[in-house]
Amino acid sequence: MTTSTTSAPATAQRARTPGGRRGQSLLDTKRQWWGWLFLAPFTVVFVLFLLVPLAYAFWLSLHTKGIATGGESVFTGVANYVRVFTDADFLSGMARVGRFVLVMVPIQIGLAVAIALVLDTLATRLSKASRLLVFVPYAIPAVIGALMWGFLYSPRFGPASDVFGIFGLAAPDFLSRDLVFGSLVNIVTWQWVGYYMIIVYAALRAIDPSIYEAAKLDGAGNAAIAFRIKIPMIASSMVMIVVFALIGTLQFFTEPTVLRSVAQGAIPTTYTPNMYAYSMAFSYSQFNYASTIAFALGILVFIGSYVFLYATRKQSGLK
Amino acid sequence: MRRGLRRAVAATAAGLAGLSLAACAPGDDAGSANNTSCTNEIAEPDATRVTLWAWYPAVEQIVDTFNAQHDDVQICWTNAGQGADEYGKFSTALEAGTGAPDVIQLESEILPTYTILDGLADLAPYGAADLEDQFPAGAWSDVSSGGSVFAVPVDGGPVGMLYRADIFEKYGVEPPTTWDEFAQAAQDLRDAGYDGYITNYATNGGAFNYALFAQAGWAPFAYDPAQRDQIGIDVDTPEARHVLSYWEDLIDRGLVSSDDAFTSDYNTSLVDGTYAVYIAAAWGPGYLEGLSDADSGAEWKAAPLPQWDPANPVQVNQGGSALAVTSQAADPEAAATVAMELFDDEETWKIGVEDAGLFPLWNLALDAPWFTDRRYPFFGGQQVNRDVFLDAAAQYPGFTFSPFQVYAYDRQTMALYDMVEGDSTAADALATIQDSLVRYAEQQGFTVR
Repeated sequence: MTTSTTSAPATAQRARTPGGRRGQSLLDTKRQWWGWLFLAPFTVVFVLFLLVPLAYAFWLSLHTKGIATGGESVFTGVANYVRVFTDADFLSGMARVGRFVLVMVPIQIGLAVAIALVLDTLATRLSKASRLLVFVPYAIPAVIGALMWGFLYSPRFGPASDVFGIFGLAAPDFLSRDLVFGSLVNIVTWQWVGYYMIIVYAALRAIDPSIYEAAKLDGAGNAAIAFRIKIPMIASSMVMIVVFALIGTLQFFTEPTVLRSVAQGAIPTTYTPNMYAYSMAFSYSQFNYASTIAFALGILVFIGSYVFLYATRKQSGLK
Repeated sequence: MRRGLRRAVAATAAGLAGLSLAACAPGDDAGSANNTSCTNEIAEPDATRVTLWAWYPAVEQIVDTFNAQHDDVQICWTNAGQGADEYGKFSTALEAGTGAPDVIQLESEILPTYTILDGLADLAPYGAADLEDQFPAGAWSDVSSGGSVFAVPVDGGPVGMLYRADIFEKYGVEPPTTWDEFAQAAQDLRDAGYDGYITNYATNGGAFNYALFAQAGWAPFAYDPAQRDQIGIDVDTPEARHVLSYWEDLIDRGLVSSDDAFTSDYNTSLVDGTYAVYIAAAWGPGYLEGLSDADSGAEWKAAPLPQWDPANPVQVNQGGSALAVTSQAADPEAAATVAMELFDDEETWKIGVEDAGLFPLWNLALDAPWFTDRRYPFFGGQQVNRDVFLDAAAQYPGFTFSPFQVYAYDRQTMALYDMVEGDSTAADALATIQDSLVRYAEQQGFTVR
């Protein structure tokens, strides 16, 4: 879930000024050059640190270097891609992140919207404090958050055994194979709900209050306002946060990797596709195949996001 | 959000981000191996500088001793992490073609993984082959092949049985000497009311589980660095099935736990009486001493590893390490000098034994009375080297590891975890490991025999 941290909600770029197409004057050409100059700092960084590594990784993914073949890099075309899409470890990892998407995204978005709606209605001092409290977990770096939860889940050091002990029950092992899925969902939800809540909340604040007054005059109650007015009016923000959550979950890496240090059996190195790619590269020196896994994952993430954006094009205003 | 609040949030975030950066700092230092940032002080700034990655406890004292003794070569040391952490960095440096140190501490089990990538220099041309009679035969066979020497042995991990004498005494059970007695003792302890486990069988204890298999005569790999495209893989053998079924049975009966090793829960269980026995390499006592929450009344004793056949005892090794020269060494001769001479005097080894808790693989130290007769306060003054570890080290015959050992350990952890979770049996687990290793080896271009 390391993505999308930098892309602030400032994506509403509808600043295209109307006006006819003007002829290409000398002034325009000059302006274009100035434009490129101003863009240069960004472009250099973008090319150097995104496009070039991407191209290099793609080049790697088309080659194969077996450890027994004397380190010779051989061009093998799509052979690695054929291998990855028939690789049981990759496919089971994909299926697992698929399940995370189905469980984690609705929980996160549902909670974020519910909290935002409540906070939007309240105007007390308490609501400001709660807003901050809900947001604070997002300010904690993901690694530190996961380490913290690792201790909370620990059968010996965590509070669970004490809490369950009050009722005379044995605490469940949150790091066992059956429960680690839910434990991870909990960490991610705890961390990201505040962030999504702030986006939804900001969108809610942007709605003109006179609309609510009009609705009230027409006899709408609070529930009707929330579901018939507020949610439809923030649909584009909702689509955006779902896309963030979707991409982040498909690339699931940080939390299971950190939790793996206390549950190596329950979280194998193939737990998610990104973890699989990481161990291929940095534990087994399989940089070519690791690039292939990363690209295969990228392709699937792209398809997933595209399908979702296409299905919601009406709500998001992309149509 | 009001401005004050926003500032508070930003400050909190920045503070936490700073924390995380600070936490990363030691690891980041390790990345820059070939420049001037050494963790230790350099005594002779003009001498040839050799960079070293090592994680021994008390290594700084050992490096200082070396630097004081040599005016032509100076060691520039960094700790790049222990075991897997360091290997990840080294592998990446090899792939990148730059960034590796000149000399590196490696466990002997990982040597084939790097020799096949041409990551290590052959030390025979620098006189390492002449050192053979300074080391026990098993340790030497782990680092050499044919006429090549890929590393110089430093410390070893002969395996013994550390046990809580107070627990065995309290419940009236004799410490076992064979595995049959061990299983019986597990049951007897439970019957007598002991609510812990006789020991723990960790599914993620890669090298530990290898050692237990090896004791029954398991030799899973046939690999010769001179024939790099050939490998024999024979994981699923009757010996391995016998050993694994033995542990599966004890786990199923609830007499042995199957907690992950190297977690803080596990560390506490080791010393608070949850486990009565810690089957451990010679570096194990040093590990135990560093753990907190220990029982105040604990009385530890060391005994030889239980045997399958007491008439033909077999000794095994877990871990320990060697010093290798990397293929990126700027001055291989100076680097070889460091690898061969860092641990070649008694003064250094006294630091290694007394401060770092290492078990030397250097005959002059192994034969020295200060080592053989050393009494360990942790064991109530027991001479554990004389009683247990010297024999274990002398009789260890060596072991052949695969050139993809990290992968092999990871697959083993997955299969053993399935077994202890009840999803498969010992035989299934071994067959799964065998299949996945054969498939992986073939993908890597090996001819699997």
